[in-house]
Amino acid sequence: METVTYTQVETFVNNLPEVTAAGVWIKAIIILAIISAVAGFGTYLERKVLAFMQRRLGPMHVGPYGLLQIIADGIKLFTKEDIVPQNANRLIFMLAPVITAATAFIALAAVPVFPDFTVPEWIPVLGGTFVPSIAADLNIGILFVLGTMAAGLYGPLLAGMAQANKWGIIGAARTAIQFLSYEVVTGLSILAPIMLVGSLSFVDFNNAQAGGIENWIVWKQPVAFILFLIAGFAETNRTPFDLLEHEAEVVSGYATEYSGMRWGMFFIGEYANMITISIIAAIVFLGGYSEEGIGWLTIILKVGFFFFLMLWVRASWPHVRPDQLMWLCWKVLMPIAVINVVITGIVMMV
Amino acid sequence: MGLEQFKNRNVGRQDYVMLDLGHTPETGMGKFKQVVRRTVKPELFVGLWVTFREMINALFRGKMHTVKYPLEKLPISPRYRAIHEMLRLLESGHYRCIGCGLCEKICISNCIAMETRYDENQRKEVTEYTINFGRCIFCGYCAEVCPELAIVHGPRYETASEQRASFSLFEDMLTPKDKLDMQKEFEGFGAVSPNADENIKKTPLAY
Repeated sequence: METVTYTQVETFVNNLPEVTAAGVWIKAIIILAIISAVAGFGTYLERKVLAFMQRRLGPMHVGPYGLLQIIADGIKLFTKEDIVPQNANRLIFMLAPVITAATAFIALAAVPVFPDFTVPEWIPVLGGTFVPSIAADLNIGILFVLGTMAAGLYGPLLAGMAQANKWGIIGAARTAIQFLSYEVVTGLSILAPIMLVGSLSFVDFNNAQAGGIENWIVWKQPVAFILFLIAGFAETNRTPFDLLEHEAEVVSGYATEYSGMRWGMFFIGEYANMITISIIAAIVFLGGYSEEGIGWLTIILKVGFFFFLMLWVRASWPHVRPDQLMWLCWKVLMPIAVINVVITGIVMMV
Repeated sequence: MGLEQFKNRNVGRQDYVMLDLGHTPETGMGKFKQVVRRTVKPELFVGLWVTFREMINALFRGKMHTVKYPLEKLPISPRYRAIHEMLRLLESGHYRCIGCGLCEKICISNCIAMETRYDENQRKEVTEYTINFGRCIFCGYCAEVCPELAIVHGPRYETASEQRASFSLFEDMLTPKDKLDMQKEFEGFGAVSPNADENIKKTPLAY
């Protein structure tokens, strides 16, 4: 590393545009609006990709190539009756989906989504406001995102327990074991790259991998990458680890009694989590974005690849049994993650 | 000859291939080896490749299965017995039915009703002809017995309607006069489908 003098840092910091509260507000609204829309579009993509992989057409009738299907789905979800079961705990039942959706979006606050820009001067009131790429540029970004996603566990857990339904209870129990167990693997697998980079900030990760494909951490930490992907699938409740709401076994698991927009909030939360995990994997392991040129397109491509991978895996693989899930987590993935951390540490010390 | 020979059901060539399914490992080391072997095996990626290949087949090689049903229809076998059709003579355009009443006689569910009279040329004329499609079991006897190939089964299998009478009058079943050139001759019950060549495949066991 080249040495940087204090004055250089000072001029660099002074030249950075000032992040104002208005900018963060705009960013938050952009994230909410775009990620909600992208999550809705994700359902369309999922149905299309699954259909193509089974040589079907998928949604075709609402709009050109079925593109307006998300609007039809949205109208359906919003206008559907909001049923609260008789013996359910009303307050918790109604609050639980909000937890899922809220934690999913809060996690996105510390993740760089879309490039930074300045609002053009000709726009009244907000003209000239700098909108950062990260809403909250924390120096412990990864910890914050993982922690918030872990807190998302309360959504399905409380939903399943509040609805007075045996499938819900089983779904809630599965939520607890699956999310808690795989939290360990996520944390341990991402620990090795954190040791290499020596920071918990996404920006530092991005800068550490600048300068080409050969600098990507995935080449130094392939094991951690695979472990993180597996754990990420489990954390986002995707096939082959979709035990929380596997309809062949537990009807809809924690979401059995939900209808209308409350169920829709679980859905949006799940898709927002998929996007978050994709962004983390892209930044931590695959080099992230670069500011110059088409740098922002590359991260969108990487995130798109991970999103496609989730759909692809769902079309291809069967899901595992709950006991196999636990076996995989505690007897295979966790030891490998620990060994990976130890070996990384030894290599770094020597 | 004893009874045992008749009780032996294992006839045929008896050249079964027994699959080598291996054995369940019992020692810890054996289990570990199995885990490693299964982990390193590229089976999961073969699965990914299969679905990806099918996606390419569907999108770029025109192997999409979906038939957009009300807009597209699959060709139907000429043997299919749907709503009846009354055919016309190609030369004169007169209906073929000679009013012999055989179809009415043979109908096992008694759903055909017809009335005839002699017209001014002393030729049998059909005045009333209805098929009660609430009773018809589409057995095909009427088409089989008809000496003039006048009543046949058509390919019209969408029989949802507001009332039964929508199909069952003589005029409805008769080929429209202006579409006489499009009238297809009934190929008979033994005919092959127009797309029979496409449908011939190897049996799945031969893969």
